[in-house]
Amino acid sequence: MSSTDVTHHAPEEHGHDHDHGEHGPAKGLMRWVTTTNHKDIGTLYLWFSLIMFFIGGAMALIIRAELFQPGIQIVDPMFFNSMTTMHAIVMIFGVVMPAFVGLANWMIPMMIGAPDMALPRLNNWSFWIMPFAFTIMLSTLFMDSGGPAGGWTLYPPLVLQMGDSFAFVIFAIHFLGISSVMGSINIVATIFNMRPPGMTFMKMPMFVWTWLITAYLLIATIPVFAGAVTMLLTDRFFGTSFFSAAGGGDPVMFQHIFWFFGHPEVYILILPAFGIVSSIIPTFARKPLFGYDSMVYATASIAFLSFIVWAHHMFTTGMPLAGELFFMFSTMMISVPTGVKVFNWVATMWRGSMSFETPMLFAIGFVIMFTIGGLSGLMLAITPADIQYHDTYFVVAHFHYVLVPGAIYSLMAATYYWLPKWTGNMYDEKLGKLHFWISTVFVNVLFFPMHFVGLAGMPRRIPDYSLQFADWNMIATIGAFGFGFSQLMFVYIIVKCIRGGEKATAEVWEGARGLEWTVDSPAPYHTFETAPTIQPATITR
Amino acid sequence: MSSATGYYIPHAARWPIVGSIGLFIFFYGFATWLNQGPFGREMFILGAGVLIFMMFGWFGLVARESESGTYNGQVDSSFRLAMMWFIFSEVMFFAAFFGALFYARTFSGPWIGGLGGGGADMTNAILYQGHDYVWPSNGPGDVGGKFEQMGWFGLPLINTLLLLSSGVTCTFAHHAIRAGHRQPFILWLLATVSLGFLFVGLQAVEYIHAYDAMNLKLTSGIYGSTFFMLTGFHGFHVTMGAIILLVVMLRATRKHFSAENHFAFEAAAWYWHFVDVVWLGLFIFVYLI
Amino acid sequence: MTSSVSRWALLSLVLLMLPLGAWADWGALNMPRGVTQISNEVYTLHMRIFYVCVAIGVAVFGVMIVSMYLHRKSRGVKPADFHESTTVEIVWTVVPLIILIAMAIPAARVLIKMEDFSDSEMSIKVTGYQWRWQYEYLDSGVSFYSQLDAAHNQARQQGADVDLAKAFPGTSFHGEEDVYLRQVDNELVVPVGKKIRFLHTAADVIHSWWVEDLAVKKDAIPGFINENWALIEKPGIYRGKCAELCGRDHGFMPIVVRAVPQEEFDTWIADKKVAMAANAAQADRQWAHQQLVANGKQVYEANCMSCHQAEGQGIPGMFPAIAGSDVATGNIDTHVDTVMNGVAGTMMSKFSQVLSDADIAAVITYQRNAFGNDTGDTVQPLHIKSLRMGLSTDKGADLPGKVASMPALNSNTGVN
Ligand code: HEA
Ligand code: HEA
Ligand code: HEC
Ligand code: CUA
Ligand SMILES: [Cu+2]
Repeated sequence: MSSTDVTHHAPEEHGHDHDHGEHGPAKGLMRWVTTTNHKDIGTLYLWFSLIMFFIGGAMALIIRAELFQPGIQIVDPMFFNSMTTMHAIVMIFGVVMPAFVGLANWMIPMMIGAPDMALPRLNNWSFWIMPFAFTIMLSTLFMDSGGPAGGWTLYPPLVLQMGDSFAFVIFAIHFLGISSVMGSINIVATIFNMRPPGMTFMKMPMFVWTWLITAYLLIATIPVFAGAVTMLLTDRFFGTSFFSAAGGGDPVMFQHIFWFFGHPEVYILILPAFGIVSSIIPTFARKPLFGYDSMVYATASIAFLSFIVWAHHMFTTGMPLAGELFFMFSTMMISVPTGVKVFNWVATMWRGSMSFETPMLFAIGFVIMFTIGGLSGLMLAITPADIQYHDTYFVVAHFHYVLVPGAIYSLMAATYYWLPKWTGNMYDEKLGKLHFWISTVFVNVLFFPMHFVGLAGMPRRIPDYSLQFADWNMIATIGAFGFGFSQLMFVYIIVKCIRGGEKATAEVWEGARGLEWTVDSPAPYHTFETAPTIQPATITR
Repeated sequence: MSSATGYYIPHAARWPIVGSIGLFIFFYGFATWLNQGPFGREMFILGAGVLIFMMFGWFGLVARESESGTYNGQVDSSFRLAMMWFIFSEVMFFAAFFGALFYARTFSGPWIGGLGGGGADMTNAILYQGHDYVWPSNGPGDVGGKFEQMGWFGLPLINTLLLLSSGVTCTFAHHAIRAGHRQPFILWLLATVSLGFLFVGLQAVEYIHAYDAMNLKLTSGIYGSTFFMLTGFHGFHVTMGAIILLVVMLRATRKHFSAENHFAFEAAAWYWHFVDVVWLGLFIFVYLI
Repeated sequence: MTSSVSRWALLSLVLLMLPLGAWADWGALNMPRGVTQISNEVYTLHMRIFYVCVAIGVAVFGVMIVSMYLHRKSRGVKPADFHESTTVEIVWTVVPLIILIAMAIPAARVLIKMEDFSDSEMSIKVTGYQWRWQYEYLDSGVSFYSQLDAAHNQARQQGADVDLAKAFPGTSFHGEEDVYLRQVDNELVVPVGKKIRFLHTAADVIHSWWVEDLAVKKDAIPGFINENWALIEKPGIYRGKCAELCGRDHGFMPIVVRAVPQEEFDTWIADKKVAMAANAAQADRQWAHQQLVANGKQVYEANCMSCHQAEGQGIPGMFPAIAGSDVATGNIDTHVDTVMNGVAGTMMSKFSQVLSDADIAAVITYQRNAFGNDTGDTVQPLHIKSLRMGLSTDKGADLPGKVASMPALNSNTGVN
């Protein structure tokens, strides 16, 4: 795009006197394909993940519809398994991770006062890998042999039985991995290198901190995952014996390597959420975040501990006793820094002056329901008990509590919180609140009964179950459809807000602090081309 | 920290989408090829071609921008950070394979051989009576048949020396460009690249010998798997590193780089040293111990 | 206005939960106590950590709710400005740590007990197959396969029009009733009052042997043996299932353990030995074509139907049809080979381990004559037996077979 085709609604009072002049967005499709603007790329990521959320959600609804009643009514067990697998892959790699990267793109430069991300072209590539990678991933569902059906954990030897889709799935994972690592490198470079004078590390907003640490988790673990799936590939096609006892390998070795990635991965899915909540609660409590320093240290401790707890997913694989004890203790330890975070949020609310706009509702919903999920995680960490819980719906309940009213709620909170900044319009507050309440009712109807059937003995990843689980499964399915369809409201509210509404001020929220609230709403196409001066009032701590 | 003013932000990037399409064709083709599907290999080659085209285009663009002074010091730091953490991610990629080696030698191998103690002993007693564990192992199934272990003396040792001296020549090159001496810079680079390719060549000789004379193959159980995957990925990285250094050298002959501005070379040199260090790990854990 | 929205929503949350709760079967809400000492200890541990978690939840949410009530802007409160206190930070780091230590100690104690495999009085090797279990009593040589009961297997097929609640009455979880998907053809019979050691392994993919009432769950890993133990005090029927995703029919791999007094167990073992000998003799005689077809139908329905479907029509794109299949109407040797050795890298697994000679002969004869494949061919068990002699040498040829063909696993004495 040359600099001549510039027309944009960006407010004119923003000074541009650089050699590359004033660039609004170009027009047409190529604007989005070639863009290097962090806001454009953030927008792309966010829309992508919203679409994927409905795809992954539709898969979940197929799962739930089959589980509505005992007996096999709708889908073949094989297809059921591939729905379970694909649902998880789509939700984790196609929804939560890209959505967080999208928020990072939009907000980190604005929060630290940078003109853009450090490596804008690479940024473009990080995004434009996603649609291609997921094209490969989702296309496997249409292959004769069906999609991957061995669970998102891809355990061999089962995964090696997959038909033609096997190689495609492996390469799609490599493809996605490239995107994640490049995206993370970009975020690290941005945070280290693009802060203006005065924005010291300990003045950065919590969201930036949590993303910095998340980026490290990604850089350190995604390549390990890539290595693990590469070994799967060679075991299947090139005759290696990594995961076969006959050749001196071990199927469980894959589980160790996988979970060395997989456990930090679940914190990748939650740390940015912690950052979001740490931004929202102070705003609506009209009181600074309690214990900023300890929040930073707690996040770092969680990240550190996440590297030494992986085998808590493997308590039934027959590890030596010493290993089981070690992983039990280290896993339990994670509750301490996580608890510090929860207590700090509560202390931030304490003696504040709270109002309950939609972002705050979602943030509070997050704190409560994430804690429920975290506490069931703590129960899972107790090895003797986990031997009963493992691979039952109790585990499914645990991780959906931390992921859906956890990670997904934080995304909704973030959307409502920053939507006025992105679009310049206020969203419909009444509908937003309604969306929160309907979602919250249904999400509990959906996931709470899973604790019961899990404890009573219902294994996960089964398309049919015995009759004593029937009632609670029926309830969960009702909850799933309720929750799923109420998300259409979310889309409606966003679209409505983009198309118009009450104009938002620069500050948007009464108690909001931080650099992003010093620029206009909608945020101009380019912000902070000259470094802002950091004043106490513009930092969040 | 320098101010953000004047940070170069390119305004339209066309190469990334070319790269994505290239990767897409490449991966799709590779997977189809593995499944013996139609046009798999053709797509694979086409994809690789597009990727190479993309790299030429993209790196060429960056090189031009760099030479025309578009980048300020802050952009330079971004590049440095990115390269550093990219190398770290590569380290973690190798860690997965070193981890597999470690696990097989410390845990699964001894368990299968009945040396595990505790509960693991039954594995040998029931499934593999008479199988003793010794490294190198191709498992109780004797997968791939009898093979010889690759010793450390001879080619591997020579290769170690080659790679270590290439690290030294690389450092000399660095000193040369820092002093602004272009000719020695090019020559030292030439030496480095040559040592690198010599290494790869000897590695190929070693592989051929392993396959032909020692019956040591990728399919030789866990020993063959870890041996070839670790040395293979390393060899691939050496090749890439040597090509990058070669490109740097060719750019140097075209009067690119100056005493102050030569990050492309430095990045390549970091990469080279990383490859060096990985080799030392390999030499110790794969060959020596 | 907006607060009325939230009030309504809260009210409906409560209202929605109430009838749903009353409707449900409250019996299936919690972990069962089980019937071994270990399972009781695990249950106690579970309840203890559960109460601790509830207490933490009540405390944290309690403070939040109080705060949300008292410190609302709409009540006109002015925000305080504190944002740090080293003392409280230390308190809420140390107190949870203490709680955790208090939880970890009993947990470690139970764990150490669970992992004590010494002094077992008998051993049973449990091998997972897709999708059945093989039980080998190492002390007496008795060995058999156990899989989902045929009636249940019929009922769970897609499109089977069975009213499950009527066909499989009884919803009690721990009762003796014939509950849907929890019945097998051959039960695992064990004596009470003995410390039984289970040795788990698998032939193809990872399975996991889980009986909740015994608080045992251990992965069955191909190529490795995992140990486990139980000491059952009370006679009874204890049901479990495979707990690790193992492919298409992972949900249909139940376990039934029948614990009986020692004398009853001894008789059972003796009977089983007689039956095994009789079965082995089956392979040595010539069979009538009609007999083979009739037996083959049963074998087919128990082992093949879930993939190749009741009418042999298969599932397009996933499982080939047997009706009109080139293999089932063409060369007999290819057909035999497909069934005995499976097709590497597909879900067509190797049945030479799982089925007896008589069963293999029967099912092949059946497939070649059913579904309109009227070839008229007959395959005799003796033919299979002679092939099997040559078979056990194919060491590590195909992928899942690598392990299954290890000598120790190769002894097929199956009664099926
Ligand atoms: C966002 C994702 C996320 C998060 C944050 C967590 C957080 C935790 N998880 Fe979870 N987990 C998953 C996602 C996540 N998990 C997924 C996806 C799986 C299944 C994967 C699969 O098999 O497919 C899983 C499975 C899983 C298992 C394996 C279960 C099994 O398969 O048998 C275990 C076992 O230890 C576990 C433990 C924990 C623990 C201890 C935490 C802790 O971090 C929780 C800490 C939080 C709290 C404890 C609450 C707040 C604290 C306080 C209020 C302080 C007071 C507390 C005390 C005094 C204790 N998780
Ligand atoms: C971030 C991660 C994430 C998220 C958000 C979710 C969201 C949901 N999950 Fe999922 N889930 C996982 C991660 C996640 N899950 C993982 C990791 C597993 C383990 C997989 C494995 O075992 O390998 C799993 C497994 C899993 C299971 C167990 C399957 C099994 O063991 O067999 C179930 C069953 O109920 C389930 C249900 C749901 C439901 C109902 C939702 C709901 O929240 C979804 C909400 C629904 C919608 C948003 C639907 C919207 C759609 C419409 C309104 C229809 C219109 C359609 C179009 C316009 C196309 N999930
Ligand atoms: C888990 C599913 C499954 C079960 C159970 C199963 N099969 Fe198969 N079977 C397959 C698959 C998949 C193939 C296709 C293999 C291939 O790709 O060549 C197949 C192929 C076959 C073929 C070759 C058909 C053709 O035209 O290619 C025969 C014959 C056959 N099976 C017989 C049996 C018999 C007999 C049994 C039971 C004793 C059985 N199968 C059980 C999955 C199964
Ligand atoms: Cu066997 Cu699941
Ligand atoms: Cu974990």
